[in-house]
Amino acid sequence: MPPTTVLPAPEGTLAPPTWRGQLQSSLLGSRAAPDTPPAPVVHTSRLRDRWPTTAALLRLPGAVIGLLLLAVIVGIALTAGVFFPGDPLDIVGQPLLRPGEDAAFLLGTDHLGRDIAAGLAHGARVSLLVGLTAAGVGVTVGTLIGATAGYFGGKVDAVLTWLIEVFQTTPSFLLVVVIVSITQSSLEVISVVIGLTTWETVARLIRAQFRALLSSDFVLAARSIGFGHRWLIFREILPNALPPVVVTASVMVAGAILMESSLAFLGVGDANKVSWGSMIGGGRDMLRTAWYLTVIPGLALIVTVFSLNLIGDALIEAMNPRLRGGAR
Amino acid sequence: MNDVSLSPASPWRRLLATLVAWRRPFVRALPTAFGVVVLNFVLLQAIPGDAVDALVAEAGSATAETTALLRQRYGLDKPPVAQLGDYLGHLAHFSLGYSPRYDMPVMDLILARLPNTLLLMSMALGIALSLGVSFGVVMATWNGRWPDRVLSSIAFLLYSTPGFWIGLMAIILFAVQLGWLPSGGDATIGAELAGWAKFGDTLKHAVLPAFTLATFYIAVYARLTRAAMLDVRTQDYVRTARAKGLHPVRVTLRHVLRNALLPLTTVAGAHIGGLLGGAAVAETVFSWPGIGRLTLEAVQAREYRVLLGVLLLSSFLVILANVLVDLLHARLDPRIKGN
Repeated sequence: MPPTTVLPAPEGTLAPPTWRGQLQSSLLGSRAAPDTPPAPVVHTSRLRDRWPTTAALLRLPGAVIGLLLLAVIVGIALTAGVFFPGDPLDIVGQPLLRPGEDAAFLLGTDHLGRDIAAGLAHGARVSLLVGLTAAGVGVTVGTLIGATAGYFGGKVDAVLTWLIEVFQTTPSFLLVVVIVSITQSSLEVISVVIGLTTWETVARLIRAQFRALLSSDFVLAARSIGFGHRWLIFREILPNALPPVVVTASVMVAGAILMESSLAFLGVGDANKVSWGSMIGGGRDMLRTAWYLTVIPGLALIVTVFSLNLIGDALIEAMNPRLRGGAR
Repeated sequence: MNDVSLSPASPWRRLLATLVAWRRPFVRALPTAFGVVVLNFVLLQAIPGDAVDALVAEAGSATAETTALLRQRYGLDKPPVAQLGDYLGHLAHFSLGYSPRYDMPVMDLILARLPNTLLLMSMALGIALSLGVSFGVVMATWNGRWPDRVLSSIAFLLYSTPGFWIGLMAIILFAVQLGWLPSGGDATIGAELAGWAKFGDTLKHAVLPAFTLATFYIAVYARLTRAAMLDVRTQDYVRTARAKGLHPVRVTLRHVLRNALLPLTTVAGAHIGGLLGGAAVAETVFSWPGIGRLTLEAVQAREYRVLLGVLLLSSFLVILANVLVDLLHARLDPRIKGN
């Protein structure tokens, strides 16, 4: 490990605000002030000017590693049908071949003679699909509820906050288990249910953002011009409230993938689809003799969740102008 | 109330004042508790077929008249609002219904398994807090240097690893390869132990599942403690403590850590729900007879009343934990008392 350390920039070394920044802050309030770039910018790239967050993100090694890993997994998921045509649940060879024992099955076969490599590739599809669907549902529901609560306040806020608290109190994994066993354990239902039980984080976040932004000058300006509620919510406040949600969304994708794998491991998942969790669950009985049945899909799961968490962590750093300044 | 005779300094008055002060978190939790009950009732209504259908299926066959009579007897022909009232009434008597398959009241079934799960959860929370906070202190003290980097990487990896997989790997390593710890169950089969020997045996069986459950939270608390300590470290009073010549260890532990731990108590309370969910997985991996395993058995047996009973009691456990955290907070942070 090299001894080089990245020291956070002391508070005093931030460049003095330029005239533009001063004008901006006097016109728009202090909100616009801290984002002004320091005066002596040596390596100015167009990317950094237009998309400061993306540029800062690509400068972080964690983000690059995470994005690359995720790209590989997405690539595997997209090409699963090409390299492994047919149902991955089909019996294709001798059971319990160790990895490397047979060139046709590079990662071996399970206790029923199903190709592990095919299972991994198709499992990537399932995991990503569940993760994206659940996070999409969760973010949408959470945003709508949080925005309504934060914007209208009063009784509406009281009722919605109560709803948020109820869902926050109920253990979400148990709730998903209950709902999935009451309805049906198809992959689509599982994804949506995971989204419907994890929206409250986003709702709380958006609500707090709305409450903070509601009294800011640009909202007041738009309101005094005479824009209606819908315009104010969706065109003025929401775009400014969304950035922290991006971080939460990446964590939610990771969380949903973990949750689906736990469900499948416990045997509550979709029995007609191969999933990393169900592969681990299937290999569990042969833990002593055929450990690779549990180790290999487990590693795939870790790499996927790890890459998403890396991206989420890097996003926090990249979107915070203070940290961005320190990393330079 | 006849408290005229009580002098201001009387211990009874102090007790009364404490009780009044403690009432607030409980009162605040009431609407949430009601919401949880309603949610459970809605889920109960969503179940395909009702208790009578289940009974009839168990019995083999029944005429239409019998089922109608049974429905009337159990109040299942009433409108939903009346049924919600009945449900609340049953809950007030601590009744969650009857499980035909286990042939015992659902409440008794859950309460019989609950101590095992609570043992597992408290052990896991203890492990997670002690290890996580110590990791966090080390990481913050050597911020940016190799101890921080190594521990940060480990924490990040633990953060991304599913608990059940860690549990399986722990079985391979500690139970199969090394043979140090048992791989499942809650007691050595055939060993007739009593008293402390029995307790020790149970603890030995609980080590691996508790660690499995704890891993994710070790990572969470390590990251939180590190961030909070780095945040607190720049405060003025820390500089003052340092300037008056206190030993660095004392500054770190007494001034920085103490204040950094405050946000941690909030999250730890909120994690009770997550721990309950995780317990279902850990208990399955290690065949630990707790309510998590019971949940899974209930899913397989389609015993919805047991399932919803577990969900309801778990939610109440979370509410209770939140109330306790509120009380703890009021003790730890004198600023909160003001409002």
